[in-house]
Amino acid sequence: MEAKTKDLWVFVETNEDGTAKNVGIELLTPGKMMAGKQGGALVAVVIGNNVDEAVKAASEHGADKVIVVDGPEYAHYTTDAYAIALCALVEKYGPTSMLIGATNNGRDLGPRVSCRLHTGLTADCTALDIDEESGNVAWTRPAFGGNLMATILCPDHRPQIGTVRPGVFKKSDAGEAKAEVIKEDIHVDAKDIRTQVLELIKEADGENVDLEGADIIVSGGRGVGGPEGFEPVKALADALGGVVGASRAAVDAGWIAHAHQVGQTGKTVGPKLYIACGISGAIQHVAGMSGSDCIVAINKDPEAPIFDIADYGVVGNLFEVLPVLTEEIKKARA
Amino acid sequence: MNMLVCVKQVPDTTEIKIDPVKNTLIREGVPSIVNPFDGYALEAAARIKDKDPSAKIVVLSMGPEQAKAALKECLAIAADKAYLVSGRAFGGSDTLATSYIISEAIKKVEEIEGKFDVIFCGKQAIDGDTAQVGPEIAEHLNYPQVTYGLEAEVDGDTIKVKKEVEEGVEVIAAKMPAVVTFTKPAWDPRYPTIKRKMAANRAEIPVLGEDAFPDIDTTRIGLKGSPTHVKKTFVPQKKSGGVKIKEETAEDSAKKLFQLLSDASII
Repeated sequence: MEAKTKDLWVFVETNEDGTAKNVGIELLTPGKMMAGKQGGALVAVVIGNNVDEAVKAASEHGADKVIVVDGPEYAHYTTDAYAIALCALVEKYGPTSMLIGATNNGRDLGPRVSCRLHTGLTADCTALDIDEESGNVAWTRPAFGGNLMATILCPDHRPQIGTVRPGVFKKSDAGEAKAEVIKEDIHVDAKDIRTQVLELIKEADGENVDLEGADIIVSGGRGVGGPEGFEPVKALADALGGVVGASRAAVDAGWIAHAHQVGQTGKTVGPKLYIACGISGAIQHVAGMSGSDCIVAINKDPEAPIFDIADYGVVGNLFEVLPVLTEEIKKARA
Repeated sequence: MNMLVCVKQVPDTTEIKIDPVKNTLIREGVPSIVNPFDGYALEAAARIKDKDPSAKIVVLSMGPEQAKAALKECLAIAADKAYLVSGRAFGGSDTLATSYIISEAIKKVEEIEGKFDVIFCGKQAIDGDTAQVGPEIAEHLNYPQVTYGLEAEVDGDTIKVKKEVEEGVEVIAAKMPAVVTFTKPAWDPRYPTIKRKMAANRAEIPVLGEDAFPDIDTTRIGLKGSPTHVKKTFVPQKKSGGVKIKEETAEDSAKKLFQLLSDASII
């Protein structure tokens, strides 16, 4: 399709309580820069149920306009309802570009929508810009397990769409909420939603594994040696109010569930602080966490590649280092 | 139960090295494997067949002639039939063009094998890492989709899928026919038996070439039919290492780390 405007859209995914997921607000930051270069407005698109909080957040963090679709059929994410709503909006308003957070839902929705609109989609981008030569969005993303980066253009189809990795961009400071809010009433018939959630089985111990939304992650790898080796890792995570992550080696060994896995075949994360304990730093792991603001590595092997990317590297036995570190933190926070 | 599993032959990305002088990927000598996530999709189908031996598993791949090796491996593990989609005009396709070709190929294979109740894919291939082809096949065929599946079970005319979500595991029912993409489950896929391996080696794998698709829209395939183009590729810059801490004792190292992190207001 042809673009009807020069506007850039950011799809702001919502939580079930009507708040915005972090990544949607983060993407308003590069969105502002790109919309400026493209000469259009920055538009946040919010879909969900009772989403006033999300609309307010988008407005406070730089959106010029917010388009809202609010209804009970969007309370829980379904591919069908969200694809119908988002495609209807794109067809009506014709943006030139669209950013979607590369969460599980974003990566479920993006290909469905771009395929229906017959346009290009670039997955899991880690850098965004406008190509000076052509004015197209320059989407940059890792491939081959993070060994290679590729910059991709979508020259002849609109909107240009990309999913963007959470944690890569930072939220702007909240300002005055002055976006124009446009409500769109899009109703989806129950018969058009072809999947149904039967139940949600929470993690056995009620543990939080929201790695993508975490500010602090403490991860264990092969060096923790067994399931019980995760105890000091978890203790440190608890002391810091963080979430426990793991490398593929630890997950493959069966020491911890795959939901905790960080890396190419797990989650990609971008916390403020990432502490890698007994993780060697294989490129597949690094691909999933190199966007962290601060990386701390604790490893016995001074030659471990994880030290090449760590801001702070401790050469030492994690079973000796972690308990002392945890104690120090508890003391400081007591 | 008639199941199709889509598989891709990929380079083993854990074996890929960077040429330190030219700063490019060294592809020579890197083994080709069945994309691991596609292996989980095949295992999910095999588990359905374990319960219902009358079920059929067909595997389909798009790629060069060499991809037959990946299909033979799937035959050795659990598949009953295999098809390869291969043609010069298909080369250079991005995910949208690839998914279009595969969805057209599925219609052709269905003329021989009958309608598929489910189409299983890996959630993503480890070379491209896009996770887009599965959902795009679902869209081309106008089927419902479930992504990030761990295991699947047939229940009447629906497929029940355990799906990995942030908070744990969701059980989702989708009306068949449906597309399900799979991530890594807690168990390992089965290995081929010697007997199946020998049979697979002898198997003839039909190839669907360009001539098999007289009605395909040629403006939507290959490099020219792809909306996205690669402008450039480059090797990511290595971040330079930071502060290294190695005190006399582990305790001292931990205390120093705490001090540095506190001073930098990180904790």
